[in-house]
Amino acid sequence: MTYLIDGKTGPWETVIGLEVHAQVTARAKLFSGAATAFGAAPNTQVSPVDAGFPGMLPVINRHVVEQAVKTGLGLDAKINLYSVFDRKNYFYPDLPAGYQISQYQQPIVGGGRVVLDMPDGRARTIGITRLHLEQDAGKSLHDQHPRDTYVDLNRAGIGLMEIVSEPDLRSAEEAGIYLRELRSILRYLGTCDGNMEEGSLRCDCNVSVRRPGAPLGTRCEVKNLNSVRFVMQAIEYEARRQIALIEEGGAVRQETRLYDSGQGVTRPMRSKENDYDYRYFPDPDLLPLVLDPAWVARLRAELPELPDAKKARFIGEYGLSPEDADVLVAERATAEYFERVAQGTNGTRRDPKAAANWVMGDLFGALNKKGLGIEQSPVAPERLGALIDLIAEGTISGRIAKDVFAEMVETGAAPGAIVDAKGLVQLSDTGAIEAAVDAALAAHPAQRAQYAANPKVLGFFVGQVMRATQGKANPGVVNDLLKKKLGD
Amino acid sequence: MSRLTALTLAEARDGLRAKRFSARELAEAYIAAMEAARPLNAYITETPERALAMATQSDERRARGAARPLDGIPIAVKDVFCTKGVLTTAASHILNGFHPPYESTVTQRLWAAGAIMLGKTNLDEFAMGSSNTTSHYGPVFNPWKKPGDNRPLVPGGSSGGSAAAVAAHAALAATGTDTGGSIRQPASYCGIVGLKPSYGRCSRWGVVAYASSLDHPGPLARTVEDAAILLGAIAGYDPKDSTSASLPVPDYEAALSGDVRGLRIGVPREYRADGMPAEIERLWEQGVEWLREAGAEPIEVSLPMTRYALPAYYIIAPAEASSNLARYDGVRFGLRVPGDSLEEMYELTRAAGFGPEVKRRILMGTYVLSAGYYDAYYLKAQRVRALIARDFAAAFERVDCLLTPTVPSAAFAIGENMDDPIAMYLNDVFTVPANLAGLPALSVPAGLSADGLPLGLQVIGRAFDEATVLRVGEVLETAAGFTHRPVETMIDGR
Repeated sequence: MTYLIDGKTGPWETVIGLEVHAQVTARAKLFSGAATAFGAAPNTQVSPVDAGFPGMLPVINRHVVEQAVKTGLGLDAKINLYSVFDRKNYFYPDLPAGYQISQYQQPIVGGGRVVLDMPDGRARTIGITRLHLEQDAGKSLHDQHPRDTYVDLNRAGIGLMEIVSEPDLRSAEEAGIYLRELRSILRYLGTCDGNMEEGSLRCDCNVSVRRPGAPLGTRCEVKNLNSVRFVMQAIEYEARRQIALIEEGGAVRQETRLYDSGQGVTRPMRSKENDYDYRYFPDPDLLPLVLDPAWVARLRAELPELPDAKKARFIGEYGLSPEDADVLVAERATAEYFERVAQGTNGTRRDPKAAANWVMGDLFGALNKKGLGIEQSPVAPERLGALIDLIAEGTISGRIAKDVFAEMVETGAAPGAIVDAKGLVQLSDTGAIEAAVDAALAAHPAQRAQYAANPKVLGFFVGQVMRATQGKANPGVVNDLLKKKLGD
Repeated sequence: MSRLTALTLAEARDGLRAKRFSARELAEAYIAAMEAARPLNAYITETPERALAMATQSDERRARGAARPLDGIPIAVKDVFCTKGVLTTAASHILNGFHPPYESTVTQRLWAAGAIMLGKTNLDEFAMGSSNTTSHYGPVFNPWKKPGDNRPLVPGGSSGGSAAAVAAHAALAATGTDTGGSIRQPASYCGIVGLKPSYGRCSRWGVVAYASSLDHPGPLARTVEDAAILLGAIAGYDPKDSTSASLPVPDYEAALSGDVRGLRIGVPREYRADGMPAEIERLWEQGVEWLREAGAEPIEVSLPMTRYALPAYYIIAPAEASSNLARYDGVRFGLRVPGDSLEEMYELTRAAGFGPEVKRRILMGTYVLSAGYYDAYYLKAQRVRALIARDFAAAFERVDCLLTPTVPSAAFAIGENMDDPIAMYLNDVFTVPANLAGLPALSVPAGLSADGLPLGLQVIGRAFDEATVLRVGEVLETAAGFTHRPVETMIDGR
């Protein structure tokens, strides 16, 4: 079912294609050895190559190429064994050489696809047109001085993958799902950290509207969006703006626009910035990039399991619900953590549902409270597994387990050690429990008398016995004994 | 003792080895010669203190028995090679005050081999020119003059300062760069040897770029042997230059066997340019005859695309230059002329920083890369370039090297050709094809014009076969017996 916007004159379909700029995870830049860490002091990660000094030459970073190829493979795309770097010429202070090295007509990766799981259970396939490598620009800082602009070149020359989708998306919601799925794939591959706040993932949206089934309308490009929320808001606004414009008898002009997140509107860029002639031509400082098919095949073989496949496996292999599987595969680290919990030791397997519930419930809660990622979890997956084992073996009750887990979060200690140190081992010794049961029955004759008329009084006595045993009594044994004695 | 500056590089090297004189004595002689040659304006920056310090270290190494291949040899460096901490200008005002924080690979290799830096030589601004008259630091004068005519002549360009310094014995040898003839044409005009190696043979890292796919660093020297020695020192793979060739460097000096028997020498008929002076035609025929007498076999060959080389060059070179020179924007180094807006700063800086020839080429290059013109100009020129390379490849199936004149004329007077850029560009007609094809090409002084000015012959070889080019060049050099020197009055002001 396609999402349609109702205009004054009838329904409209939105057509969206995204251009995502993903900073390649790598220690060094695309064409220089300078470092790439985020947040360093301005202009401390700049080589003379990045600063466009005379006589400096680019040398391709093999690792960045590998990352781009892996990404292409992860997008089920054609890897071009022959690709060419071009110069895109324009003047701006944060572009030191006066040109950006990019790939224009012969990108490293050709057509591919991303499959989206829609909330209604459908799958949507979104085409990938291409992925190419290019240099990031530096940053112009306009807020450091009342008149002058400062330039920070730390970012200049970092490798970017521009991932261009086909105009296959039909709503802001689909665009959001696509972007999240793409980010998830990149993070699984380890080729981009996907951090939109730090600018490692940025998005340009091409938006047009048409009557359902009609030919494509004129598009506008909304540039430089740095959150999924802004992408969705900008698309929705832009689609409605275009519809209103057309319905009032106007025509959409092809142009580049910027999203003002404060006002929630898009505005055209100055027209001057709209008519750049970039004078692309092959960079004579770089030879064409030629890949060895055997090397590409090796990368393909080493590709990690991606979110889609993992989700299917979690449902099939562990019997998880699609919803739980979605949550667990969203991040590679979460999925790995879950599997290490569920796997058990020496080939045994723990109850996957219990493992999933502990990870998504208590563990996520504790990490959230502490503001930690799962990689920094104070509770190692093997220890959470051991805790689940203690419950399964009947050593501790589920209720005691919650206390033990809280202790593990604070101290990182092994659950067995906490149980031993605090004497939390469940009482299953019938003799000891029987003494507590007898004591409880003897202490509350009135309640005991009510039992025949009101069996719920059983719960009262369970509480009494648990309190007397500091919660350590095996609840099953307590129940059995009480029923037997009350029934007498 | 004879004047130390009269020795060739090979002789000076042997003299230093035999401890007949010290590196310091040799350096002092050249510092004096450099000062005496100042009227030529061959140097933009002289570095005598550095030369003496390097010479002292050289003598110490030799005393320790740790001398290197070029130890103590004083060299001039074309001012497009970045030299760490030493002003590097490309003869342009826009690089005003630029002291690179790095050393080019070629000069680094020279210093690592023990050579001594005398200074940075003048050139056409950004190596764009054939007369060395476009320098921000003023024109260079050819040490040669027509007998009985006191008008100053151009040294050729763009490596005019290097050629004039070597010809005037104000440097033992020099580095140059050759984009369309910028080593060979001034070598021809100044009566010295100039070698443009194969593309990728000498690293471009740290060389201020003019046209990246055409720029070739190489040596200018007094003899073919000196050029061979120098090439051996600066050639070789450099991982910092992606277009550098990962090939072994042969012993070029050892390749100078003097034996060209059985070599097939191609004589391209298309190089008989219309209006070429008869004396140049005669010298060319003489060159063919010398090689025949030495046992080589001259064969006429055809390079049909030759006539398209110059137009293709004057599209590709400016196109690359327009992009390469975009970095001179006043933001990070060199000249900045402040403005009220970013655009104004760009405009004022580039207007003040670039001379008219550089501006002309930036405009041409920007034009040919523009949307709508790219296919008609740049793309077509690249196709022509491929065809020219194919012409050469076909010829080299039949011959081992080619012999041509270097330039269709002798040195002209300063001021001539100035109002007609096309006439100036025609200087490059015989040199440009080897740049487009990336082939090694050598200019050897072979005779004098009727006006008493030096003329060179050019040997073009297969890619990376500098050894054959040098071997043939040396045989020509021996046959020509070119021992003429420029008039001394100009050199040391006597």
